[in-house]
Amino acid sequence: MKPFDYASSASPPEAVAAVAGNPAAAFLAGGTNLVDHMKLGIAAPEQLVDISQLPLNTIDTTDNGGLRLGATVPNSDLAAHPLVRQRYPVLSQALLSGASGQLRNAATTGGNLLQRTRCVYFQDVTTPCNKRSPGSGCSALEGYTRYHAILGASMDCVAVHPSDMAVAMAALNARVEILGPSGERSVGLHSFHRLPGDQPQRDTVLDHGELITAVVLPPLPEGTRSAYRKVRDRASYAFALVSVAAVVRLEEPTDADDGGDSASPPRIAEVRLALGGVAHKPWRATFAEEALRGQPATEGKFRRAIDAELQHAVPLADNAFKVPMVRNTVVSVLRELCGLEGGLDQGGSQASDGNGEQRGGRTGTPASGGEDRP
Amino acid sequence: MSVQLPAATGLDLERVDGRAKVLGLAPYAYEHPAEHPTYLHAVQSTIARGRITAIDTAAAETMDGVVAVLTHLNAPRLANTEDNELAVLQSDAVGFRGQFVAAVVADSPETAREAAAHVHVQYHREPHHAALRADHEDLYKPETVNAGFDTDTSTGDPDAALASAAVVVDRTYTTPAEHNNPMEPHTTVAQWDGERLLVFDSTQAVHNARKTLAPLFDVEVEQIRVVAPHVGGGFGSKGLPHAHVVLTALAAKVTGGRPVKYALTRQQMFFLAGYRTPTIQRLQLGASPDGRISVLTHDVVEQTSAIKEFAEQTATISRMMYAADHRRTTHRLASLDVPIPSWMRAPGECPGSFGLEVAMDELAEACGIDPIELRVRNEPTIDPETGKPFASRHLLACLREGARRFGWERRNPQPGTRLVDGWRTGIGVAASTYPARRQPANTARIRFTADGFYEVQIGAVDLGTGAWTALTQIAAEALECGPEQVRLQIGDTDLPAATVAGGSTGTASWGSAIIGAAQMFRKEHGGFPAAGDTSEGDGEKNPASKNYALHSFGAQFAEVQVHADTGEIRVSRMLGVYSAGRIINPRTARSQFLGGMTMGIGMALHEQSVMDERFGMIVNHDLAEYHVPANADIRQLEAFWLEEVDEHAGPLGARGIGEIGIVGAAAAVANAAYNATGIRVRDLPLTADKFLA
Ligand SMILES: Cc1cc2nc3c(=O)[nH]c(=O)nc-3n(C[C@H](O)[C@H](O)[C@H](O)COP(=O)(O)OP(=O)(O)OC[C@H]3O[C@@H](n4cnc5c(N)ncnc54)[C@H](O)[C@@H]3O)c2cc1C
Ligand code: SF4
Repeated sequence: MKPFDYASSASPPEAVAAVAGNPAAAFLAGGTNLVDHMKLGIAAPEQLVDISQLPLNTIDTTDNGGLRLGATVPNSDLAAHPLVRQRYPVLSQALLSGASGQLRNAATTGGNLLQRTRCVYFQDVTTPCNKRSPGSGCSALEGYTRYHAILGASMDCVAVHPSDMAVAMAALNARVEILGPSGERSVGLHSFHRLPGDQPQRDTVLDHGELITAVVLPPLPEGTRSAYRKVRDRASYAFALVSVAAVVRLEEPTDADDGGDSASPPRIAEVRLALGGVAHKPWRATFAEEALRGQPATEGKFRRAIDAELQHAVPLADNAFKVPMVRNTVVSVLRELCGLEGGLDQGGSQASDGNGEQRGGRTGTPASGGEDRP
Repeated sequence: MSVQLPAATGLDLERVDGRAKVLGLAPYAYEHPAEHPTYLHAVQSTIARGRITAIDTAAAETMDGVVAVLTHLNAPRLANTEDNELAVLQSDAVGFRGQFVAAVVADSPETAREAAAHVHVQYHREPHHAALRADHEDLYKPETVNAGFDTDTSTGDPDAALASAAVVVDRTYTTPAEHNNPMEPHTTVAQWDGERLLVFDSTQAVHNARKTLAPLFDVEVEQIRVVAPHVGGGFGSKGLPHAHVVLTALAAKVTGGRPVKYALTRQQMFFLAGYRTPTIQRLQLGASPDGRISVLTHDVVEQTSAIKEFAEQTATISRMMYAADHRRTTHRLASLDVPIPSWMRAPGECPGSFGLEVAMDELAEACGIDPIELRVRNEPTIDPETGKPFASRHLLACLREGARRFGWERRNPQPGTRLVDGWRTGIGVAASTYPARRQPANTARIRFTADGFYEVQIGAVDLGTGAWTALTQIAAEALECGPEQVRLQIGDTDLPAATVAGGSTGTASWGSAIIGAAQMFRKEHGGFPAAGDTSEGDGEKNPASKNYALHSFGAQFAEVQVHADTGEIRVSRMLGVYSAGRIINPRTARSQFLGGMTMGIGMALHEQSVMDERFGMIVNHDLAEYHVPANADIRQLEAFWLEEVDEHAGPLGARGIGEIGIVGAAAAVANAAYNATGIRVRDLPLTADKFLA
C-alpha cells in the first residue's frame, strides 16, 4: 500500500472542497470497499477525506411522506429502522441480504451505492481490465463470467454492479442528493449508475469531488407491497447471481374484467421491477413493467412480461442460466406479492391464468425421474 | 496386543489449550515475539511458463525501509535444488503463474508489500497448458500414486465381465480443484544465528519440516529448530513445507541475523500452498439384476504440476470398498503448467468416494433396490485389495444405525415427489471409509518434575484438532494419574521426534509412543518417582497390519432441499455414523467429525477453484469469490460413533478420525439432491444453475 494522508472534515462543503481540489483525493466512508482496493492496488489515493463523522447519519421523514436517508447511515441501522421496515420492506430485505453483519455495521448508504464491481479480473491487477485500466482490454469477455452481465453490457465491459441496496432503491424510484463544488443537484437512482459503453471506468454520473449527501425515497401509495429476493451460491454472505426487487399495488378487478365473477384475479395497478446481478447498474425491467400494468395478476402474465424483458438478454459463456433464473425468480416474487403463492402446492390451479400457462413439474406430482444434467 | 482401559481416555475433557486460545494468549507462528524483525513480501510471476529475462529492482531498493530485494540473480544458493517447488529464486525458469520470482525484505510489512509492487520483471513467455481435459494429449502413468499405492490394479477380466453384466452403470463424474484454505494463513518466521536456524512455522510436522530444510541449507538437522505450538488449521496444506518456508529462511540469510517474518496473503495461498487436483472419474459397475456387483472399474484422469509430481490416489477406495470378482483401477496424469497439487483432507478417498458412491446410488436405482440394501449385498468378507481379513469392518452397522436415527424408512425411492413450501426435498446416503495407519517413527519422553508433575514431551503438532487435549488424556491414562498432573509439551523439534499431524495418524501414532514411554517410566521408576526421573519410549509399526486390513468406516446421510423456482440448494440435515475404534475424547472427536462433514457440504455445494486457462491462474482467489460454507449453510449436523475398541489398532485401540468425516459427504448430498429433484448432477459443485427447471 502506498503511503497516504488522512484527514477528517468538519462539514460537507469542506469535505467537497478537500476532494474536489485534489485529483488524488477520495472520500472515505465505511472503508469496506475502498480500503480493500488500496490493499489490492486497485485504488491508490494520496489523500483520504474521512466523511464518516459528518452529520449525514440521520433518517428523516420528508414533507410529502417519504424518507430521506443520510449518506453515512450504516447499512445495518438503515435495515433496522422501523419506518424503513414498515414502508419499504424491499429495502430492508435487500440490505439484510448483503454482505455480513460486521460489514453492514461499517458500510454506509453512500459507500454502498458507490461500491465497485466484484469482477475477478477487476480485482486482480495482474490481468487486463478496461474498468481498472482503460484500454487494456476486458479479460472477462472470454473468461470466467458466472457473475457477469446478461443485459446492457458492451464489448468493453461485461461487469455487474454488486449492490443489493441499490436494486431495491431503483424499484423505489429513489433520488440521490449530491453536493458538488458548484452546489447541489439531485439524480434519479435509475440514471445514477451508468451502462459501461466505451467508458467502463465510469460506474456512475458522479464527478470527482461530488459528495452524496442523502438518498430520498418518495412515498408509496396506500396498499403497495414490496419484496426483495436474492438468489446466490450459498445461503448467506455471497453476492447475487440474480436478484429481484418488486413493488406492486393491486386493485380489485372491475366488473368489465370478470363479468361479475368474483373469482377473477386482481389487477395490477402499479408495478416496478428492478433486477440485480444482471447488468452494470440496477436494471429496471421497464418492458416487463409495461406489459404488466393494468393486467390481471396471473402467473401467465408474469411470465410473458418478464420474457418481454429477457428477450434482450445476451448471455455469456458461463451465465446463460441467468435467463431462466431471472424468469423464475421474478415469477416467484410476483406470485408471492400478489398472493398467488398457494399455486405451488395445489396443482397450480390458482396460479393459472386459464390460458394453459401452467408450468410442468411444479405441481407436486413427480417429475419424470432420471433427467440428466451436466 | 493387550488393550488397556483405564480412566482418562473417553473423558469429555475440555480443551486444555482452550482458555489460552480464547484469551488470545496461544501464540501462532507469526505472533512469536521477534527482536528487531524484518518483513517479507514476495513478487509472483505473471506468466505460466517461460523465463525471466530481466528484473528491475532499482525502485524497490531505494525505498525507505527496504532491507533487501532478492531475485534469482542475487539470492543465496541452496545446496540442493532437486525439488522444483522448494528451489526458490535459484533459476530464471518459471513453471506456473504465481511462482516466486523475487522477494522484498523491509522494516515493515507495508513497505515490503509496496516495494514488491515496484519490482518489474520481464519474461520470455512460452506456451502453457493449464486446463485439465479427459482427452489431454500426453496423459501419463505415474510410477506410484500418493502414499505409495500402485498406480493401476486389475483382477479378473473387467471388460468381458462388463460385456456380459445384466445391469451396467457407466458414468463419468468430475470434481473441481479445491483449495484447503485453513483459517490461519501459511506463516513463517525465520532467524539465523550463525549456522543455526530458528523457525516459527505454521506446520503440521516440525520434525519433517527441518528434515526437509536441512539439506537445502547444507546444515545438519540438529542445527535447525522448528517451533509450532499452535496451528490454525491446515487440512494437509501444512503437512509439507512449501516454497514460502524456504524463501523466508533464505531471506533471513541476508538480514545480518535479524528475523524475517512472512505471512502469505489469502490470495497467495491459492498459488503456493497446495490444493486438491481436479478429477475426471469414469466408473463402470456391472451387476446382476438383484444388485450383486461382478465388475467394478474406476479410471481416473487428474493433474499434476509439470515441475513437481503429485498423483492423488483417487481410485484406491474402489479397491477395497465392495466385493467384485473383476476389477480395474487406473490413474493417469496430465502434466500442466500449474501450481503444485498436494494433500487436502482425505486425499484419494475424498474425491474418489464422490464417483464411487454416486455410481452406487445410480446402480441401486437401475436395479430397483434400496441403496443401503445394495451395499449390504456387496459387502466383502475379506479385503478385496489385499486378501487379508479386515481388522474391523462395521460399515453395515454404521448404515443401519444411521438409517434408524435419520429416518431412512421415510425415503420415497421415486425422485422428485416431495415439495415443502416451494422446496423439493429428498434424502440420500453414501458410505465412507478411511485407512487406519500408524507411523512408527515416534518417540516420547516423560520426566517427573520437582513440583510433582509429569512432563510429557513429543514433537507432535496440534493443528486445531485437539491433540493437546487427547495426548494429555492418553498420558494420564498410561501413567494412571489425573490429566491435571500431566504437563504436555509438543510442537518443537527440541522435543523427541514425531511424525506428521496428517493422514489421520497423529493420535494413534504419537499416543503409542506416549504409552510406551509411560510403561517404561513405571518400569524404571515405579509408582513413586523422584524429581528428575526420566524415561523414553518409542512408537512401533503396528504388527497387526501384516495380517489384517485396517480401515475405518462410516455412513453419511443427507437431507437436501432444492428450491423449485430458483434451483437454490440447501442441506437441511446431515447425519454421520462412524466406526473409528476407540474415541479418546468425545468433545474433540465430535468436532472433528462435524468439521469433516461441514467441509464435505462445502465440497458438495460450494468449493470450486476456477482455472482461467489463458492466464494459467485460479481467478476466484479469495474468500469472497471462493465459497466455503457460511453459518447459514450448516443447519442440523449430527455425528455418532459405534462404541468400540479396535484390538488390532495398537495399545490405544483407536484409529483416526481427522478425515473420515469428509469422505462420502458430497456423494450423500448429491444422492439426496437427486432424490429431491430427479436431476442427477455428476459434476461438483451442486450449484443452483444445475437444478433450474
Ligand atoms: C466480503 C464482502 C461481501 C460483500 N457482500 C455484499 C453483498 O452481498 N451485497 C452488497 O450489496 N454488498 C456487499 N458487499 C459490499 C459492501 O456493501 C460495500 O463494501 C459497502 O456498502 C461500501 O460502503 P462503505 O461505506 O464501506 O464504502 P467505502 O469503502 O468507504 O467507499 C466506497 C467508495 O465510495 C466512495 N464514497 C463513500 N461514501 C461517499 C459519499 N457519501 N459520497 C461520495 N463518495 C462516497 C468512496 O470514496 C469509495 O470510492 C460486500 C463486501 C465485502 C467485503
Ligand atoms: S468485465 Fe469490466 S470489470 Fe471485468 S475485466 Fe472486463 S472491463 Fe474489467
